[in-house]
Amino acid sequence: MAEIPSETESDSTDAKETALILEKVSKSFTQGKRRIEALREVSLKAQKGRVTGLIGPDGAGKTTLMRLSACLLKADAGRIQVLDLNANRNPLKVQSTIGYMPQRFGLYEDLSVQENLDLYADLQGVPQDQRADRNAELMKMTQLGKFTDRLAGRLSGGMKQKLGLACTLIRSPELLILDEPTVGVDPVSRRELWTIVSRLVEEEGMSVLLSTAYLDEAEECDEVVLLHGGRVLGHGPPGDFRKEQKGRTYWVTTTDGARKRDIQEKLSRGEKVVDAVIQGGGVRLVMADSEKPDLEALLDEVGDSERKSVSPRFEDSYIAILKEEEPRPDKAPIQEPKAGQDDGGEGREEAEPVIQVDHIKRKFGDFYAVKDVAFDVGSGEVFGLLGANGAGKTTTFRMLCGLLPVSEGSLKVAGLDLRKAAAKARARIGYMSQKFSLYGNLSVMENLRFFSSAYGLHGKRRRNRIEWALEQFDLADRAEAESGEMPLGYKQRLALACALMHEPEILFLDEPTSGVDPMARREFWRHINGLARAGVTVLVTTHFMEEAEYCDRLAIMVAGEILALGAPREIKDRAAEKAERKIEDIEEAFIALIESQAEEEGDE
Amino acid sequence: MNRKAAPEKRKPSTRGGSLMRLRGLVRKEFLQIMRDPSSIAIAFLMPVSLLLLFGYGVSLDAEHVPVAIVVESPSRDTASFTGAFERSKYFDPEHYGAMRAAKQALRDHRVDGIVRLRSDFAQKLQSGATAPIQVILNGVDANTARLVAGYVEGVWTGWLSDRARQQGRTLEMPVEVDQRIWFNSEVRSRNFLVPGLIAVIMTLIGALLTAMVMAREWERGTMEALMVTPVTIREVILGKLIPYFVMGMGGLALSVVMALYLFEVPLRGSLWVLTAASALFLLVALGMGLLISITARTQFVAGQTAIIVTFLPAFLLSGFLFDIQSMPVVVQGITHAIAARYYVAILQTVFLAGDVFPVIWPNALALLVMAAFFLGVSRLKARKRLD
Repeated sequence: MAEIPSETESDSTDAKETALILEKVSKSFTQGKRRIEALREVSLKAQKGRVTGLIGPDGAGKTTLMRLSACLLKADAGRIQVLDLNANRNPLKVQSTIGYMPQRFGLYEDLSVQENLDLYADLQGVPQDQRADRNAELMKMTQLGKFTDRLAGRLSGGMKQKLGLACTLIRSPELLILDEPTVGVDPVSRRELWTIVSRLVEEEGMSVLLSTAYLDEAEECDEVVLLHGGRVLGHGPPGDFRKEQKGRTYWVTTTDGARKRDIQEKLSRGEKVVDAVIQGGGVRLVMADSEKPDLEALLDEVGDSERKSVSPRFEDSYIAILKEEEPRPDKAPIQEPKAGQDDGGEGREEAEPVIQVDHIKRKFGDFYAVKDVAFDVGSGEVFGLLGANGAGKTTTFRMLCGLLPVSEGSLKVAGLDLRKAAAKARARIGYMSQKFSLYGNLSVMENLRFFSSAYGLHGKRRRNRIEWALEQFDLADRAEAESGEMPLGYKQRLALACALMHEPEILFLDEPTSGVDPMARREFWRHINGLARAGVTVLVTTHFMEEAEYCDRLAIMVAGEILALGAPREIKDRAAEKAERKIEDIEEAFIALIESQAEEEGDE
Repeated sequence: MNRKAAPEKRKPSTRGGSLMRLRGLVRKEFLQIMRDPSSIAIAFLMPVSLLLLFGYGVSLDAEHVPVAIVVESPSRDTASFTGAFERSKYFDPEHYGAMRAAKQALRDHRVDGIVRLRSDFAQKLQSGATAPIQVILNGVDANTARLVAGYVEGVWTGWLSDRARQQGRTLEMPVEVDQRIWFNSEVRSRNFLVPGLIAVIMTLIGALLTAMVMAREWERGTMEALMVTPVTIREVILGKLIPYFVMGMGGLALSVVMALYLFEVPLRGSLWVLTAASALFLLVALGMGLLISITARTQFVAGQTAIIVTFLPAFLLSGFLFDIQSMPVVVQGITHAIAARYYVAILQTVFLAGDVFPVIWPNALALLVMAAFFLGVSRLKARKRLD
């Protein structure tokens, strides 16, 4: 097959400066009867020698865009130019020029680190005499040198990701495409991955296209493309996005000891408020304009408070843009009809803990997924389990819910071991699993009916609860919609509603916000806050470090063990003490604690 | 900084590069096979256990069949007759005093048949007339019932002629059947089961294992990463075909060695015909495995499909266990689409009869056509894209 590169297809100036051009690219898929428009007339340019970030929630079309650029999919319409190649005509040539790391990088888990690298060196046609040098370079870059003989399946999540990157980089590509390389990875590895990427751009002049769901990573990119619902909502340097919100962002703390969750709740209901979100020890507030009187009036309502002007960040503008895109009604906070306990804020210490975890371990084969984890959760508390993928959060969770027996140790939920306790005890807990376990082909109403009867509700109570759920979670106008067809945010609300049908005292939420866009995440936390206010004990896992601040107390898990336990403030203070510097967010605290632990181990 | 290793002109499909990529893929596959216990299980453990099971356990010959013997009036003659049953290796006779008890035993499955000597047995025998016996068999297992009927008859005629010889006369039979069975003179079912089993084993390795490992690559996302390298789809296919072809031939060697030395099945034809025909069949099996894995991208679906479309037909419709001639016409028609049918015919011929080319050529030709079809369709359907 002779492939004649046609010079006319691209104007040469573009080709010199851009690594990737998309012109009115559309792509749709058919899923059963449905037709999903993944990309609608998307146009964008990614410059050479730069990091271009693709930002957007799940389902925005990020992966489709990347697969199109890697010639793994064929566009329905439009033109894609990768470097100076037309993607439609020269897929094989494109693939031998770029490096692409899919979301789940295909490492051969039963091959060792070195064998994986050798395979990709063979596939990429790296000459034998260059391999040793490149290998050494990559091992140094990824710090995997010590583990070359280890099977890839035995690496931690962060190390796997770095190995995937190394395999992609084995033949220094001109354009590097990374699909959510940092998702679910611990903060330390996340930072390391970013260091590698910036080095590649600076030292090798590589062009990088990278997608992410973490908004703070947008700040690290040279250019940001905001993708939502298959369309580009914005394109430019992150600073350009931020400009809009200049003079409108504040950080509010209270002086009268009110809980930040409550302040956030009050602030978010303000008329001109674009966003109110817990950040550090206070609430970050983004206003629609820079008019002071509105702000003063709002803050008066909250009570004694202090405010500080802060510089805007990318996330502020992102929320502002999304709000404009799909305005959502601000709902009244959730009112749990059965107020089991009054505000659990004070006097919690005296009460018997609702969840007691006493040095539990869980072994799979010869591998400890959870080793020696111990904590208590008091009634009405919001307790968070934080950690990267594979840290042991879900395993701990399953043991608590009685879905998995403990290998050693003991635990009690509401005074009972759920593994042995009768259905009676289970009636007191609600559980929402990572993958919303709804019946996708049943309507919202049918799901609610099913789950309420599964929990033994009937007659008037059942009708009342269903009515309550439809109203509280704003599902009434979607009652007859097929639940599998709804946007993720709706599904998640429905899943929460189903878990709450029987008015549980304790609510288990496993990664409820993973893959959900920031707007839906905010809304979800508002529901959780409401539940906590009504006296429900909430145990929640998450890999978003910033969500730690929503919790009263939390445990940070690393490799099956608890790295830190306590209120967010306490954890930050402890980390600050160890690192001997000021620490303002949990992610920083996490990194500081890991580093000090590594140092201590080094000292021994 | 060195300016990015001088953007050398890459030609992705040069000969050397292609060989390097293929070598990488093949080496990877072998490493995976060696480290994955499930591959080893399908490739070696399952063939060995199937061979042992069919070689030793499953036998279509009936032996030690429990039969009830009801003698209504015992005498010297009846004792000598039942003695003949006791000496036979085919029967485990049990004596029952009355017909009712024997019938109950048959109903309860304690015996597979009843042999009844009526009260006038000795009397009729003395008078020189033929002495009939009554035989009742459990026909639920038709195959065994037919065999048992034959054996009973054999014991009966044997005993009659023995008795005649003792009395100094020959038994007069209107027609004497002088039976001779060709190719498998001992009528050992093992002799045709074991060669036929090779077809099943090759299907297992060629189709099931190949379909599963390809689907596994889709499931684990390794295929997506593979697709964006300069590797061509032809190399991906060859990278799978070569290792599993080698595995399949290894399975063949193992089976043939076990057949010849453990089960003492004769090999009357030549080894090269056996090898060549097996290689051809293996290509068909690999082609089917590839085609399945291209359509089904999860291990579960691929495994189920492979079992239903390749493994079960090889078991049931290949003529390995059940004679094709005695199947209903429609089913006979279907067997023509089953590759294992042609291979089983060749196997049984090569092992038991010899290099009978009038049988081998047409069957080999059918295999060749099928191999070309499945591999060709796989090649056409395989795309280096995800949609």
